[in-house]
Amino acid sequence: MAYAAGVDVGSTQTKAVIICEDGNIVSRALIDTGANVVKAAEKAFLLALNDGNVREEEVSYVIGTGYGRYKVTFGNTQITEISCHGRGAVKMFPGTRTVLDMGGQDTKAISVSEAGEIVDFCMNDKCAAGTGRFLGAASMALDIPLDDLGPTALNSQKPVKISTTCTVFAETEVLSWLGKGKKIQDILMGVHKSIASRSVSLLRRVGISEEITFTGGVAKNTGMIQVLNETLEKKMNVSEDSHFMGALGAALFALDHIVASRNPIKVTA
Amino acid sequence: MKHVVGIDVGSTYTKAVILSPDRKIVGKEMHPTGFKLGEISRKVFDDAMQNSGLQENDIGYTISTGYGRHRVEFCDLTVTDLTATARGANFYFPKTRTVLDIGGQTMKASRLNEYVKVKSFRLNDKCAAGTGAFLEKTARYMGYETEEIGPLVQTSKEDVPISGVCAVFAESEVINQLSLGSAPADIMHGAMFSLVKRAVQLLKRVRMESEITLTGGIMRFKTMIDVLRENVTEKINVADGEMIQFTTALGAATLALQRLEKIGDS
Repeated sequence: MAYAAGVDVGSTQTKAVIICEDGNIVSRALIDTGANVVKAAEKAFLLALNDGNVREEEVSYVIGTGYGRYKVTFGNTQITEISCHGRGAVKMFPGTRTVLDMGGQDTKAISVSEAGEIVDFCMNDKCAAGTGRFLGAASMALDIPLDDLGPTALNSQKPVKISTTCTVFAETEVLSWLGKGKKIQDILMGVHKSIASRSVSLLRRVGISEEITFTGGVAKNTGMIQVLNETLEKKMNVSEDSHFMGALGAALFALDHIVASRNPIKVTA
Repeated sequence: MKHVVGIDVGSTYTKAVILSPDRKIVGKEMHPTGFKLGEISRKVFDDAMQNSGLQENDIGYTISTGYGRHRVEFCDLTVTDLTATARGANFYFPKTRTVLDIGGQTMKASRLNEYVKVKSFRLNDKCAAGTGAFLEKTARYMGYETEEIGPLVQTSKEDVPISGVCAVFAESEVINQLSLGSAPADIMHGAMFSLVKRAVQLLKRVRMESEITLTGGIMRFKTMIDVLRENVTEKINVADGEMIQFTTALGAATLALQRLEKIGDS
C-alpha cells in the first residue's frame, strides 16, 4: 500500500497529513512552527506517521507547502499553499468555488474551478489587520486565550465598533473601550466584525461564488464563522479539518504524482 | 493684559504652554495622555500653572488642540492641530512653508502660505508603520524602552534594511535580523530610515517647499533629524531642546494671544 503526504509549514503552525490511495485522510498532526522551521516540518511528519501507524518508507511521495515549504527537506517537491488550499477545499466540499483561508499572519481569497484549479486569488500579507494576527493582539490585550475568543464574542449583546484599521492602534482602542467600561464580549465581537469586513472585501476582489469554503487556523473560531456568515449572508463550508486543508491539498498533489508515475505517458515518435 | 494657555492633547502625550502678553513662555508641562483625556488635560494645565507661578485668574484665554481637544472642558476655543502646529512652527521659524509632524500615532505633512495658512496637508493615522509607534514597537521587540531609542540608534554603524510595511509584521523581521547577528542599533537605524522614507512620500504629496520645520515627539531622536536631512534637499529647521514636542501647544497659545488682543482684556 502506498501513501502520500503533505506538510504545510505555516507562519504559526505546521500541519502534516497522510492519505492513502483512495484520497482519504489516514492521519494528521499539528504543531507550533516556532523558530526552527526544518525541525517543525520533520516533527509534524513524524507525528503523523506515528498517528497513522505508517512507516516512513511506505510514504512514496511528500509535498511541502506553506511559507516554509522549502524547509521541508525530506519533501520530494513544493507547491504553493494557494494551490493546495484550493485543491483541499474542493476535495472536502466539491461545490467549492471560492476559498477563504485565514491564517496566523495572512488572509487569502482564492477562486477555484470545478477541478480545484486556481482561477484567481488575492492576498493580504502586508498588513496585520484582517489576519489572525489581529485576533492574537486582542487575545494579548484582553488576556483571553485564542481558543476562547470566538465563544466569548458570541455572548455579545451590543458589539462596539472598532474604528481603527491598524492592529497596533486597535490594541490601544481595545484598552480604551475597556477603560470606558465596555464588556469584554462586546469588544471582542467588534474585533471579529472588523476582521470579517476586511476579509469580505478581499473575497469581493476575486468574486463571491455560491459556495465558499473557510480554511486555515482561524476557521476553528466559531465566532468568526458566525460573523462571516452574517456579513456574507450565506453559510460557508467549514470542515473539522479546516486547518489541515493546505496539507491535504499537498498530499492530494503527491498522490497524483504517485499515480502518474505508475502510468507513464508513452511518448511515441 | 492677561496670560494665555495652549493645550495639546496628543495621542501619546498631553502638553501645555503658558505665554505672557509679550510672547514669552512662562510655563510648560507634559504628561503621558493615557485614557482619561479630561483629567490629564486638567493636570497638565495645573502643573504648568504651578511652574509659571501664576494664578488661574491671570489667564485670559485658553485654546486646546490635538486629537483629544474636545475633551478639554475648561478651554475657550478649540483649533485643529494642523492650524496650531503651523502657528507654533512660525513662532520660531517665520520662513516655514512646510511642516512635518511625527507623533506617537500620527504623521502629518502640511504646506503653508506666507500668512501661515495651511494650503495643503496629508496625514497618516491609519497605519502604525508610518508613525512613531513603528519605532516604539521595533524597540520593544528588541527589549528596549522608548526613551532608549535615541542613545541606542546613535551607536549604529550601518543600516539593516527593515521593510516598514507593517509594525506588527516587523516583529518577525526584527527577530530574523537579530538571529542573523545584526546589531539592535543597526536594526533601529533601519527602522528610522524606513519611517523617513514614508515621511518623504508624505512631504512630496503636499509638494514641500523650503523651509521645512520638524515637530512632534519622534523628532527628539537626533538621528531621525539627521536621516531626514540626508533625504530632502530643502532647508530643515528644528526647535531647540524639548520645545520640539511643545510646538503645537505653543501654536495654540499664540492663537489664544491673538484672540485675546482682538476681544480685549476685561
